[in-house]
Amino acid sequence: MNEMETIPLWAAALLVSLLILGGSIILIGALGLMRLPDFYQRIHGPAITVTLGAGCVLIASMLYFTVLQSRLVLHELLITVFVLMTAPIVSMLIIRAAVYRDLRARKRDSGVESGGIYRFPEQE
Amino acid sequence: MKRWLPSSLLSGMLFVLWLLLNQSLDPAHLLLGTVLAVVAPLLARTLMQPIGYPRLAKPIILIRLLGMALVEIVHSAITVSRLILFPKPDGMNSQFIKIPLDLRNPYGLALLSCLINSTPGTVWVEILPNRHELVLHVFDLHSEQWWVDTIKTRYEKPIIDIFHEEVHKENPP
Amino acid sequence: MISLLVLAINYALICVVIAMLFCTVRLLIGPAAHDRVLALDTLWMCGMLLALILGMRFGSQIYFETALLIALLGFVSTIALAKFLMRGEIIE
Repeated sequence: MNEMETIPLWAAALLVSLLILGGSIILIGALGLMRLPDFYQRIHGPAITVTLGAGCVLIASMLYFTVLQSRLVLHELLITVFVLMTAPIVSMLIIRAAVYRDLRARKRDSGVESGGIYRFPEQE
Repeated sequence: MKRWLPSSLLSGMLFVLWLLLNQSLDPAHLLLGTVLAVVAPLLARTLMQPIGYPRLAKPIILIRLLGMALVEIVHSAITVSRLILFPKPDGMNSQFIKIPLDLRNPYGLALLSCLINSTPGTVWVEILPNRHELVLHVFDLHSEQWWVDTIKTRYEKPIIDIFHEEVHKENPP
Repeated sequence: MISLLVLAINYALICVVIAMLFCTVRLLIGPAAHDRVLALDTLWMCGMLLALILGMRFGSQIYFETALLIALLGFVSTIALAKFLMRGEIIE
């Protein structure tokens, strides 16, 4: 890691804070996935991993390679845009699958049509 | 111009994507990127047939909306992580809520769903088909009316403004 | 400062690995199938971040392609699983 000596101080400080914040946020998101009591609360745990945690790590990676190679390295923007565009679709499809499965399991098909909004966690 | 370059926004983004993927500014890559940017929207035009490519009427509002959403994402990520680390003793009030929508534009709805789902603490479930109401799941609900007002004034109104002109242009009599 | 930077990269690496461990626990004990799909999706995302941080650790740009591929494959597989759960007839 000899080439790391060329990193200026301000960039190193920014990188350290971004990495520590990102790592902690990722850990908290996974912790929420593990220990929240029911599924509809659990789905909010990974959301912070995907947005803030991944954002911090991606910005840190961009900054690191830009400073290290002293040219503009921006291709992590591709991953950022891709993740920001696909993570909403994934969470929407998963929660919709969960809602439909719960409706079917409880034989309450009318829940979708009549708009009496489904309230599952109390029934468990 | 309109015929060979149906969506300048999409073309520009494809061009930038190609250059970022190859990480170079060689003339060859500039040429290949231009070819991709011209050919791909032309080939994909039939896929977008009933509504056409989106037209942004006011890009300034879009940029301001995205900035506001970014601040909101960071803010609510911190809120959600505090709730995960230090859970309330009497449990969270996680509920489904209904929000009536005025927005009809498909691109506007897609943008709204992306913004709402990216914000930690809220997940978009579906739009009830016959009454056009949006079902959201909220992590920690304190007041339902506050959520309805927030979504309608801070998110829906700017999106209606952004895609406003297109509604008139794309619906000829 | 540079040694602090190495320390921070190692800290982020350890955090991501522990997060993957948590996701694996949820994947194994998750009561319903959609819990497991959610855990799998988070596992993909953590794997992508792991590849990015490893790239910073070793100072190599090869890991970027890995991260991009992991993100693409994770999206497609999670969409397929969620679609199957929504349309399939199997009810636990």
